Amino acid sequence: MKFKLALAQFAPRLGDVEANLQRILDLIAQARRQGADLAIFPELALSGYYVKDLVADVAARPSVEDPHFAPLLAASRDLDLVIGFVEEDARHRYYIAAAYLSGGRVIYVHRKVYLPTYRLFDDARFFAPGNSFRAFNTRYGRAGILICEDAWHVSSPYVLWMDGADFLIDVSASPGYGIPANGELMNAATVNNFLRTYAELMTTFVFYSNRVGVEDGIAFWGGSCVLGPDGAPVVTAPLFEETLLVTEIDTDALRRARLKLPLLRDEQSELVRHEMGRIAKRELDK
Amino acid sequence: MILWGEPAARPTTEIRMTDWLAPLQINTDLARRMIVDFIRREITRAGFARGILGLSGGIDSSLAAFLAAEALGATNVLGMIMPYRTSNPTSRADAERVAKQLGIATRVVEITPMVEPYLAQFAEGDERRRGNVMARARMIVLYDQSEDFHALVIGTSNKTETLLGYTTQFGDNAAAIQPLADLYKAQVRQLARAVGVPRSIIDKAPSADLWQGQTDEGELGFTYDQADAILYRLVDERRRADEVIAEGFDARVVQRALELMARNQFKRVTPPVAKVSTRTVGIDFLYNRDWGK
Repeated sequence: MKFKLALAQFAPRLGDVEANLQRILDLIAQARRQGADLAIFPELALSGYYVKDLVADVAARPSVEDPHFAPLLAASRDLDLVIGFVEEDARHRYYIAAAYLSGGRVIYVHRKVYLPTYRLFDDARFFAPGNSFRAFNTRYGRAGILICEDAWHVSSPYVLWMDGADFLIDVSASPGYGIPANGELMNAATVNNFLRTYAELMTTFVFYSNRVGVEDGIAFWGGSCVLGPDGAPVVTAPLFEETLLVTEIDTDALRRARLKLPLLRDEQSELVRHEMGRIAKRELDK
Repeated sequence: MILWGEPAARPTTEIRMTDWLAPLQINTDLARRMIVDFIRREITRAGFARGILGLSGGIDSSLAAFLAAEALGATNVLGMIMPYRTSNPTSRADAERVAKQLGIATRVVEITPMVEPYLAQFAEGDERRRGNVMARARMIVLYDQSEDFHALVIGTSNKTETLLGYTTQFGDNAAAIQPLADLYKAQVRQLARAVGVPRSIIDKAPSADLWQGQTDEGELGFTYDQADAILYRLVDERRRADEVIAEGFDARVVQRALELMARNQFKRVTPPVAKVSTRTVGIDFLYNRDWGK
């Protein structure tokens, strides 16, 4: 099967949900004009990243009753969407979330599990953590969502892989830092390395959507990309620039990659479960 | 401005210093791109199109002018030249040279008539007090002219002086944005070379030029190279002082750098607020400056 994927690399305005929604709808229209079947937006695309005490003001609920989600759900009748936003639950807990929308319905919502609080990050000061990694079915195949820091923990994509995900969707607001001589941006190099490793060793597609723009001196580096199930980049967006990256995905590449490298077939997840159970028991007995 | 009298400790060999500074080498293309983008976005999102900065003829303000002109366009940058009667005449000549090379406009405002009548009332004031008055007089000029030019004030502080606190609070460190404050002096030199700042400006001895013969290194008691190599290890690599000393750095300079960093933290933060309410500006009223922009 072939489908067209759009990665929308843009700079949301901090705390201005209305402006961001309009921007997202414009980009959706552009993606649609280019024939896209699925458009992926970065982490917290609706709100901007360093929302801090604005969390409650920018929060949304992924349903048609929500004034900001209604137009997005309507737009998802034309093409599938992944939208990053601040989610408020029924008991007023706030999450960094990403929703997969299709055919006017919410197919799945992932809540960021790993909330970094080191160095320039303070997610857990403002947000509740998610508590699951689940794959879900889309019209193009089975997918799983990771939000930024989730992907820095190797177990997260592994769980999604074992749950059947053939598309790992990583939505990010990754700040760029570290500029060694004659080298790549330091943390961009790290992200590119581990995403490539996941794609190659799990023989899955990776769709990486990262934002650009600057918030209080912190520049988000972009570099959104698609990696094929052989680990090779299919297409890569430039650093720091707004881009709508549209590319064709050939899902048959999964078959070819897994014939060459049958790591999924040979994976002993039962053994992993058994050993993790043993380790969990030992930790409890301490 | 801080003064103390220890003689400058010199590194054992120059070759060793080159090795010590090797980890501070930066990708100047990336630095240029990130800083130019930063200047453009931070100024335009605040509703401005223009920037203003003090041009001293030194490397930091020259580099800031180059990057501001690239970000905003030369006609949107104004260089303020603000000499005092004792200022070294080559400072002004170098500032004018940079402005000419970039095609940015300059305005010259002598601070002598502002500063002298005030200083005359306090004849006992030492060089440090006098220097601080001059730095703050320049701040007044810069902020007033920024209104006339409809511009934001672009700071020219580097990371070395920011960490050491070698700066006048509300004086030369007063700015709307700080494009260079995450670059050590050695990195400022690298980027200055990459963007084409004149060689003679890059190579001259750094000086606040607040009194005749003043040099930063003479006043600090160690060289910028030493400070950069030591601060990079302590701050960026998070090494302990004893590890840095074991590598061969002068223990007195390491201790001095640590003392200065701690002592001058007040210059890097907003003043503490006495918390009495449930939600307090500066403590638990947490918003980015770029809120809604």
